Amino acid sequence: MNAVDSALTGRTTLKLISGNNACALGAIAGGCRFFAGYPITPSSEIAERLSRRLPELGGVFVQMEDEIASMAAVIGASMGGVKAMTATSGPGFSLKQENLGYAAGAEIPCVIVNVMRGGPSTGMPTRPAQADLMQARWGSHGDYPIIVLAPASVREIFDETIRAFDLAETYRSPVVLLYDQVLAQLSETVALDLTRDPARAERKWASGPRADYRPYAADAAGVPAMSRPGAGYRTHTTGLTHGEDGFPTQNPEAVTRNLSRLFSKLERHRNAIDASAKLHCDDAEVVIVAVGITARAANRAVELCRAQGVRAGLFRPITLWPFPEQALRAAAAGARAVLVPEMNAGQLCLEVERVLAGTRVEGLFRFSGEPIVPVEIAARAAALAQEA
Amino acid sequence: MFIDLAAEFDIRDYLRMEMMPHFLCPGCGHGIALRALLWAVHDLGIDKDRLAVVSGIGCAGRLSAYIDANTFHVTHGRPLAYATGLALARPDLSVVVITGDGDCLAIGGNHLIHACRRNLKITCLMLNNEVYGMTGGQVSPTTSETRITTTTPLGNSEPHFDACMLAAAAGAGFVGREMTRHVPKLKELIEAGLEHPGFAFVEILSDCTEIFGRKNDMGSSPEMMLRQKSELRPSAYRDSVDTPFRPNDLPTGILAKNARPEYGATYRREAAAAAQRGAPR
Repeated sequence: MNAVDSALTGRTTLKLISGNNACALGAIAGGCRFFAGYPITPSSEIAERLSRRLPELGGVFVQMEDEIASMAAVIGASMGGVKAMTATSGPGFSLKQENLGYAAGAEIPCVIVNVMRGGPSTGMPTRPAQADLMQARWGSHGDYPIIVLAPASVREIFDETIRAFDLAETYRSPVVLLYDQVLAQLSETVALDLTRDPARAERKWASGPRADYRPYAADAAGVPAMSRPGAGYRTHTTGLTHGEDGFPTQNPEAVTRNLSRLFSKLERHRNAIDASAKLHCDDAEVVIVAVGITARAANRAVELCRAQGVRAGLFRPITLWPFPEQALRAAAAGARAVLVPEMNAGQLCLEVERVLAGTRVEGLFRFSGEPIVPVEIAARAAALAQEA
Repeated sequence: MFIDLAAEFDIRDYLRMEMMPHFLCPGCGHGIALRALLWAVHDLGIDKDRLAVVSGIGCAGRLSAYIDANTFHVTHGRPLAYATGLALARPDLSVVVITGDGDCLAIGGNHLIHACRRNLKITCLMLNNEVYGMTGGQVSPTTSETRITTTTPLGNSEPHFDACMLAAAAGAGFVGREMTRHVPKLKELIEAGLEHPGFAFVEILSDCTEIFGRKNDMGSSPEMMLRQKSELRPSAYRDSVDTPFRPNDLPTGILAKNARPEYGATYRREAAAAAQRGAPR
């Protein structure tokens, strides 16, 4: 038994662990007992670790015939009442989109890890990118709500994987965990508290007589109770637009009522879902907005700027979608300019421009397969501070 | 003397009557297939609460909504993949997949061959009506050669799949075919599939009177069924009669059966053993 797994049994001393392994352990700690996947670089370590760990815990690991089937099997397991996850990267994430939309529409809790690599298409399988930020939000057809989490360290991958399961269960929503190849395969020394509260969030299960149960009638929180197969409710689940009874409908009123509830489901719980971090934003003249490994570089850039007398700050969305608008507005309230470094051709920048309309927003984009280093960010921030 | 084989079976006990009338066209064979399935479920005494039906997209896919059980109408071509997750997570459920020829053999073909190979306990009913009926009658992987469809105006020139040969070659534990004309035989075949401990593939030869039959001047539903009957022979005769190859010559009955270990049980047994010995990680 190695140090990491021994932590599961009570000891918490850790030495070194990669982001992907932290994700696998976070999944176990978050209650995941089903994983379906398909090999793809650079996410495969998650599947490999869970293929060893899940059977020992009475869970199931299955390697499916393709990415589409993996996503389908995860939803199937979750419909059976088991917390389930899949992990993939770029091309695989594209293939999962249709079934991901099903999970959003039918409100089936599940967790999808997307380790971002260079794109488009096969791109650069062993190189990092952050080019799926918008796909994670809008990748499947139609309007739908989704939660996307963007951790920035190995430790945070562990924590956010646990939170992903809690959010998926609480709001009956797919949750995407988004991080780049660097974080996936970077090993860091971390102390993981694997002994904390073992009672994680559970989706609300149907109770009471069958005749009174309406599968998509919302409770006060806007989240419908789910029925567990075998519990006597014998309900219907469909990807077709459905009414409160779960059966297909094209009645404009019923469609509007159910979709309005679906679209507002996450919005009304923004306070509980939002998560972000900020550093030195209070007096910052330039606020840097970044996620993932780029936020790590930006963190160092802020220190470099401050050492030179440039008042820089960092705002880092941890819940990327729904986007933490209020927190960003507050963090950038006093800034004369905002810098958005990201490993793509400009995605996060678009959202920041939208939220901070009227403020000067500059991008620092890199899609060469190399991470952006602190001195580059610091230099741009310093230049911006001087210009602004 | 007339013997009512189904005297003990009232289909209404297994249907969501509030969903009636159903949306199938007059003459469609899918309702007969549904009846045969529910009759088999009744005869085997399967608890409706423990029955899970997963269906794909298309006319066949819509059948799950009529069944008073745990029903899941999923994405096009993927019911077997959803069912794999459900059956692995919940081995206490009887998992049945209802799919069509396009759903199962075209967009879902990859899932079919791997479900056959994996041999997880799922009963897959493929309702073959030779056409994409829901979308208006386009050519499918089982459309007979020369048939006219809305996307083969000059006649279909692609050979069709023999789904049962495909399933058997991919290793399915149980493979069978029947037509809707023989309801008791169809019911018995589905029953045998449900009882098989591994993956069971049952092809049901249905008929699409309104879309496919009309386009090809095949007459009404009884005429289409009689045509099917003339083109089929019970498998017992297949090996003993030397006939030249005919594209529509399909054998019926149980066509393949093997006792390969069921995947779920094997996985759970090995997992329990690994948990006990604390396998290296």
